[in-house]
Amino acid sequence: MLYRENGQFKSTYASDQQMLPIAQDRVFMVLLLAFAFIGVPLVTSDYVFLSLLIPFLILTLAAIGLNLLVGYCGQISIGHAAFMAVGAYAAYNLVLRVPQLNFLVVLLLAGLIAAVIGVLFGIPSLRIKGLYLAVATLAAQFFSDWMFARVKWFTNYAHSGSVQTAPIELFGWTVETPVEKYLFLLAVLVVFTLVAKNLVRGHIGREWMAMRDMDVAAEVIGIRPVYAKLTAFAVSAFYCGVAGALWGFVYLGSWEPLAFNLNLSLNLLFMIIIGGMGSLLGSYFGAAFIVALPILLDQVPIWLGVPISTATSAHLALMIFGALIVFFLIVEPHGLARLWAIGKEKLRLWPFPH
Amino acid sequence: MTARAHPIGGVILAVEGVSLAFGGVQALREVSFDVREHEVRAIIGPNGAGKSSMLNVINGVYHPQQGTIRYLGREYHDMDSHEVAASGISRTFQNLALFKGMTVLDNIMAGRNLKMRTNLLLQALRIGPALREELEHREAVERIIDFLEIQAYRKIPVGRLPYGLQKRVDLARALAMEPRLLLLDEPMAGMNVEEKQDMCRFILDVNDQFGTTIVLIEHDMGVVMDISDRVVVLDYGRKIGDGTPDDVRANQAVIDAYLGVSH
Repeated sequence: MLYRENGQFKSTYASDQQMLPIAQDRVFMVLLLAFAFIGVPLVTSDYVFLSLLIPFLILTLAAIGLNLLVGYCGQISIGHAAFMAVGAYAAYNLVLRVPQLNFLVVLLLAGLIAAVIGVLFGIPSLRIKGLYLAVATLAAQFFSDWMFARVKWFTNYAHSGSVQTAPIELFGWTVETPVEKYLFLLAVLVVFTLVAKNLVRGHIGREWMAMRDMDVAAEVIGIRPVYAKLTAFAVSAFYCGVAGALWGFVYLGSWEPLAFNLNLSLNLLFMIIIGGMGSLLGSYFGAAFIVALPILLDQVPIWLGVPISTATSAHLALMIFGALIVFFLIVEPHGLARLWAIGKEKLRLWPFPH
Repeated sequence: MTARAHPIGGVILAVEGVSLAFGGVQALREVSFDVREHEVRAIIGPNGAGKSSMLNVINGVYHPQQGTIRYLGREYHDMDSHEVAASGISRTFQNLALFKGMTVLDNIMAGRNLKMRTNLLLQALRIGPALREELEHREAVERIIDFLEIQAYRKIPVGRLPYGLQKRVDLARALAMEPRLLLLDEPMAGMNVEEKQDMCRFILDVNDQFGTTIVLIEHDMGVVMDISDRVVVLDYGRKIGDGTPDDVRANQAVIDAYLGVSH
């Protein structure tokens, strides 16, 4: 009833091309941001921040990165945790070796280094596509697993192979408590989402999607495949590099190369499949789903008062998790973002049938 | 007939002795013909005659084993299709090659990619030149949308449009490039009579208003004879006829190719 765009006429192309053309959406977005920045810190416990919200924010950032490549440009990658690893170790070494750098600069540099590596591993995409490309991107995964375990310089010759970081400092502000971490990550994510949105609704985004939908036609209208694909790899790896640095510094604090293994790559892929390929909102949904579900599944038996051992519940959680993924793929192959879009479409007419 | 706004000029595209083979299949055998500025040139022939292959050679999707193509005085035989596009040749496709996940507007906007120059960073921030560029090109695209009468479908993903409209969006995307030479691969295939009439009108209007040179492949002989200035006839990859519609209609080799000969 309230969600109507009647009477909101666009008289300039600028107003027609704005990010949220419907006024109610803009109001909703402002309220949502206000709630996220002000409301959430007031009502949320440290446990929820540490086990739910912080990993959710960082993984969303990584999922957006992967979605730019897979969902928008149509190039499959199952080695994206490698770029997160590159970002994390790049940030670690930058902080270690050039301590006077501001952490924001470190983040950007870590992203850029990951972008360079991303372009390198994106080169095979110029010749192969689909499943073959997916297998080729596994090379990135195995290479990073090997490199960060074997080349000791990256881990500063730590005996166990694991590295420790100090809490990050920004302009004299130490990001230490869960609330501070949450606010910092939220701000980063908002900025990066905005940038991603600008990219996908701009000229480069159209080039990526054209490449995804029909590569021959894209080239015939003048799009250079080399440029389109490699920029997608670069931007995607940049996002994952930044996410990796945050994962290491803000979430883990200390980590070993295994933290960025194939499992994480696959999880990222699940996130965008469940959330919705080619949708930034879908990256949020997917990350929320993957982060929250195991925790929910753990808690449900406790709430119900069913006494089962932790081992059983862990196994059960995995099984239900798998079943849910299959269920979602069958019911809505375009992901949660599509369900959201359908809901919005219905809401425009509600409560009238037509 | 009234005088044309853009009288037919000199040769802008010359195909010289082009041969193309896929393994053992000879798709084109030493085909030569030319296209003059501002004319509507048709390529006809029975199925498998090599018409689409010819277009694919012209716009760089296939590279011929022999022969050259001279466009605006420059010779090429192995240019990539995006370079051909940059030199002012655009095309539509026989089996719709639209970007299905994108809206009509985005499809046509994509057609203007060669004219958009701002760098990645400006686009990421969507400030200054990047924003100006988006709006400028949106205006140009809106003119094409008006021209082809598809205003109502702007924001709809093309995959959801009916076939006839998709063909129109395909033409719109090609026009967005502001081509000097437009290649149309069976623009009227699978259309009903009204849709064909609309499409004919659009093609003639494009030629008349923008002076675009058009090369088209078409199976509907009525249409071809009506709208084209000169016709090339291919059969089994060979050129068997070339001339005005009336010449071609009277050509014995062409009649044989279409009706068959008794042995």
